[in-house]
Amino acid sequence: MRRRRIALWLGGALLLAAAGFGIAAWRPALAPGGPAPAETAPEQVRKGAILASLGYCASCHTAEGGRPYAGGRAIGTPFGTLYATNITPDPETGIGRYSLAAFTRAMREGVDREGRHLYPAFPYTHYAGLTDPDVAALYAFAMTREPVRQETKANALPFPLSWRPLLAGWKLLFVGEARMPADPRRDAAWHRGAYLAEALSHCGACHSPRNLLGAEVRTKAFSGGEADGWWAPPLDRTSPAPLPWSEADLARYLAEWDPLHGGAAGPMRPVVDAHRTVPAGEIRALAAYVATLYGPGPAGSRTGPVDRAIPGDDPALARGAATYAGACAVCHESGGGAAGGVPYTTSSLGHRTALRAPDPRNLILVLRDGIAPREHAPGPIMPAYGAALTPARMTDLAAYLRARFSPDGPWPRLEETVRDLMRDRSRPGPRAEASP
Amino acid sequence: MTPLTRRTLLVAGALLVGIGLPRPARAALPGSLPEAPRIDAWIRIGEDGAVTVLTGKAELGQGIKTALVQVAAEELGLDPASLRLVTADTELTPDEGYTAGSHSMQDSATAIRHAAAAMRALLAEAAGRRLALPPDSLRVDGGAVAAPDGRRLSLGEVAQAVALDAPVPDDVALRDPARYTVVGRPLPRIDIPAKVAGGAAYVQDIRAPGMVHARILRPPRPGARLVGVDAQAVASRPGVIRVHRDGDVLAVLAEREYAAVTAMRALAKGAVWQGGTPVPEPDALFSDLAERPAKRTIIHEAGTDTPMPPGRRITAQYRRRYQMHGSIGPSCAVAEFDGSRLTVWSHAQGMFPLRKALAEMLSLPEAQVRCIHVEGSGSYGHNGADDAAGDAALLARALPGRPVRVQYTREQEHLWEPYGGAMMTEAAAVLGPDGRIADWDYAVRSPTHLTRPPGAGQLLSARMLETPFPAPPPKALPQPEGGGDRNAIPLYRLPRARVAHDFVTAVPLRVSALRSLGAYMNVFSIESFLDELAEAAGADPVAFRLAHLDDPRARAVVEAAAGRFGWGRALPKGRGAGFAFARYKNLAGYCALAVEVEVDRESGRVRMVRAQAAVDAGQVVNPHGIRDQIEGGIIQAMSWSLFEAVAHDAEGPTSRDWSTYPIARFPDIPECLDVHLIDRPGSPFLGAGEVAQGPTAAALANAIRQAAGVRLREVPMRPDQVKAAIGV
Amino acid sequence: MPTLTVNGRTQTVSAGPETPLLYVLREELGLNGAKFGCGLGQCGACTVEVEGQAILSCVTPVGVLEGRPVTTVEGLGSPENPGPLQAAFIAENAAQCGYCIAGMVMRAHALLRSVPHPSEAEIRHALRFNLCRCGTHMRILAAVRRAAGPEPATTGATP
Ligand code: FES
Ligand code: FES
Repeated sequence: MRRRRIALWLGGALLLAAAGFGIAAWRPALAPGGPAPAETAPEQVRKGAILASLGYCASCHTAEGGRPYAGGRAIGTPFGTLYATNITPDPETGIGRYSLAAFTRAMREGVDREGRHLYPAFPYTHYAGLTDPDVAALYAFAMTREPVRQETKANALPFPLSWRPLLAGWKLLFVGEARMPADPRRDAAWHRGAYLAEALSHCGACHSPRNLLGAEVRTKAFSGGEADGWWAPPLDRTSPAPLPWSEADLARYLAEWDPLHGGAAGPMRPVVDAHRTVPAGEIRALAAYVATLYGPGPAGSRTGPVDRAIPGDDPALARGAATYAGACAVCHESGGGAAGGVPYTTSSLGHRTALRAPDPRNLILVLRDGIAPREHAPGPIMPAYGAALTPARMTDLAAYLRARFSPDGPWPRLEETVRDLMRDRSRPGPRAEASP
Repeated sequence: MTPLTRRTLLVAGALLVGIGLPRPARAALPGSLPEAPRIDAWIRIGEDGAVTVLTGKAELGQGIKTALVQVAAEELGLDPASLRLVTADTELTPDEGYTAGSHSMQDSATAIRHAAAAMRALLAEAAGRRLALPPDSLRVDGGAVAAPDGRRLSLGEVAQAVALDAPVPDDVALRDPARYTVVGRPLPRIDIPAKVAGGAAYVQDIRAPGMVHARILRPPRPGARLVGVDAQAVASRPGVIRVHRDGDVLAVLAEREYAAVTAMRALAKGAVWQGGTPVPEPDALFSDLAERPAKRTIIHEAGTDTPMPPGRRITAQYRRRYQMHGSIGPSCAVAEFDGSRLTVWSHAQGMFPLRKALAEMLSLPEAQVRCIHVEGSGSYGHNGADDAAGDAALLARALPGRPVRVQYTREQEHLWEPYGGAMMTEAAAVLGPDGRIADWDYAVRSPTHLTRPPGAGQLLSARMLETPFPAPPPKALPQPEGGGDRNAIPLYRLPRARVAHDFVTAVPLRVSALRSLGAYMNVFSIESFLDELAEAAGADPVAFRLAHLDDPRARAVVEAAAGRFGWGRALPKGRGAGFAFARYKNLAGYCALAVEVEVDRESGRVRMVRAQAAVDAGQVVNPHGIRDQIEGGIIQAMSWSLFEAVAHDAEGPTSRDWSTYPIARFPDIPECLDVHLIDRPGSPFLGAGEVAQGPTAAALANAIRQAAGVRLREVPMRPDQVKAAIGV
Repeated sequence: MPTLTVNGRTQTVSAGPETPLLYVLREELGLNGAKFGCGLGQCGACTVEVEGQAILSCVTPVGVLEGRPVTTVEGLGSPENPGPLQAAFIAENAAQCGYCIAGMVMRAHALLRSVPHPSEAEIRHALRFNLCRCGTHMRILAAVRRAAGPEPATTGATP
């Protein structure tokens, strides 16, 4: 909390300093216009649909229980709450008056049709790398959605952050050339994956650290970040995953679930859900690229799954062990879903990266809220323990799981983290899925 | 219900000693009376005047107990609350086969109604003799026979003078439906208070003295053989009584339930299985089904000697994937073997067939086996209940003198229950110049829908024993009820028609009866196709149906459902209405259904917004009972049709729990679901429990067509399929 | 040996602390209400209340319940003397096989404790992880609505 407040003030000051640039960078409104018929040809729309899935547009631009792409989802940032906009082609409340040029400028430069700067929760820093044909296909897709008349809620940001021209300064500081790796030794799939990961799928938006002004630190791309209060694990050599992530593992994980590493939870789940409608080739391409980020061979603590005997004389660990036996073991010691045990379980919790994380957030969040069943489709289910376990018992359990399934020492600040995250257990966060 | 300890059962047994029921063939008798024509097979009166009703049918959650009590109480002029009811028990009740096919009211209630009426006549006669009054001047009411002068004789007194072992005469006088006071009323379900307040209500709730807990260990996939297991280590765990192995049947018995659970898990860790029965890849499911050998039967032919009429020929194919019963409570059974006699408490749907199977499996005379029905979780057909009873029997024999309780796990229930089979249909029709169907050609390709006991080889474990009982060859159920071809013959007026049943003799997954059997698929196909024809003819779907329907009762439900739904009213964008009709088995209840759906074009998600059903089930006994069956049937069939398919890969089924077999949840439930009953006082009871399954599937497909412009011809119509059909 | 307080009665149970509450309720305490439906935390048949919140007894070891009162469906009333919510379920015929119903009652009970007059959407949302296979949903919804009664008119303007 304290760190955040400092960041806020510092950010405010810097932004004010940048304001000069901002005014210089005034952007004009673009003339209203709609798509030309050729721009919404069926094959364009089909292509755009796949790209929209790979850009996870719906996951931000759809409110829980709301109409698709009509906006309204609250997006928590360290600076305040933003509300995703309506990107259906409704002329009044959506993007119905956007020409292709206006749409392109919004996507690549973060400026809306009227010339207002957009907050970088909208990942235009990544979309800057999109090709013209892909932007056009996304445009064709967006403009053929069902128009929904729905005003977007005003953002809840403190002044001066609510003053958009400041963003021009932010952009001057942090928007540069899009990252687009090229490597003559790699094949086309890898390059496709690089393009997707860096531009459209904006993996770095969560998996890279951000500076105090909320911009991704490019020199540390993919070394881990955060999203909606969850730890987003590193996708590079510093990954603490117990087993290396092969291309095949990643492809399975991104498409549904991987028996060696498990499946997605928290903010990564909508990403995996979105992949259901994407051709397998695109997923393989993403996997091919991301696998190379990890670098060759085991690194860091990638020492294989751990399952250590726990001495029985520590009362806290003994309590944790009893909780594990009665709450977790029925699924997590069933031998693993792939081997005929309870579906969507790894052969032991030693496979899970969350237990090798530098802090216990992800474990506590998934214990607290569980994993809600996917709607009308197969997918993992985990019951929520937020009501069944007191913070003390949750702490015991987390300590036990860490001691048993990770070679690293106990988590620092475990008790405080549990206390912080359990305080609001009756009021889960925006993406929390209070589960069975 | 009192807890079923052995003692109370013994008491019950002593009170109600089973009697040999002679079986003269008397075809004139209605319902199940030909199987058990004696009055006291159905109703008995104790010396204290207490009346007990006996039925060979079982309560499966369909509310049959309440309805049967109502029927008996009506004829005997008794307060329903004063009646005791004994359900399927091989030692006490008539043999009424399975409780299935929406037959309970037709068979059992009809028999009980006639037996009760016969008893009333005999009581009046006997009382008339005692009081020297003509019997028809007496009223049987309120637990007594009452004379006009105010004299009353209690039923207990009179019953002594009556030979209640007399057969039910075929001309017995029934009460005038116009004067009914109990039948036709929404008597609250008698079994619900215990169910909402923790009373003992289920086989799972049996706690017999000395009872042990057993868990079975099944292979990870069908067809796998046990090649190694470390039974010794598990047998020596505290609380474990023994590990039992016979061939590939592996089980653990423990004093306490949780000890059995943990022992089962330990046993699983050390068990090594090999092999398995291959299954086609999901994509190849239907091409595989199409290629399997099949026996063709022409089940209906009319007018085919006339020349093919002119007109437009329209064809369509429909498909259905494997679907499961998915009872919320995994199967359970309790059995006890005293060295010579075996008693089994089970929630299976047929106690008498089960007894046969158990006797064969254990080489016991049937007379030494008693099967008693106790409720379980709803089964909706042949689920794991018989198998669990078989396992309990095997283990009870291995541990004589102690009741053994077998409880399946969720994963076992999902993986091993016999599924509703994958099916395909092909429909072709000629639409004449007058806009009517001039020719109809239909074929349904289906595996069996009946692999229930009485064969020992129908029990899962019996096939896996050291000396196994092979599964008997599958059978096709004959028309008029049919199995895979149930409801394959449309009720519509078709001058020229041919209907064929291609009975597939072997399929890769275990299959058996799932609520409504082939009717679900056939009605889905026929009623979808009818809409396709109406569309081709440019006709309104309801009008098109009425133009081909002669049966006035059929027309009445169609008109009622359409009228109450507001058929034809414009709906908002993204919404659509769909209609369907069927008379279950062409001889049970009539059901017409109109639904409104909302289709989300982005995700392909279909939501059933509201539904209006009209049902004619003959004389209504309990309107709420029927309403609840229809509501439940619609919601269950909505879940089947929109969400459910058994997932499998080449090694076998992979739907092993609710995460891999998603079903409808509360947010999927319609905002409004109305059931309109057309009562037919005095006409026979028609089963209603399964009438809604088929119409629901078709009404949904027809509504999706209207809402999104796409025609889906395969169930389930999951969001992915709907989205794929819509495109972008 | 853990002590457990169930429906107001405190007792020591012989089961180990790792034993899921469901087995202790059903076997040791002889209570039928909570049902074994999946044992995996997926269906809600085993739902009971702890400190006013719905929990799944099949995946809750008794060791974590020391000093925390547990309520099962038996704690709300008996078949002869049903509590108000149970009476609403009886009045609406809200059970077919009834196997899921005790869990539904407990989930609804916990909801009504925190939201005495829930909206239709709130009821459906609260019950969404409890599965019913018989399709009794319309009756269950009616029962919960009946128990909640109409929103009191005094609440004034909607927020
Ligand atoms: S039995 Fe506990 S959730 Fe299913
Ligand atoms: S009433 Fe049978 S599962 Fe709900």
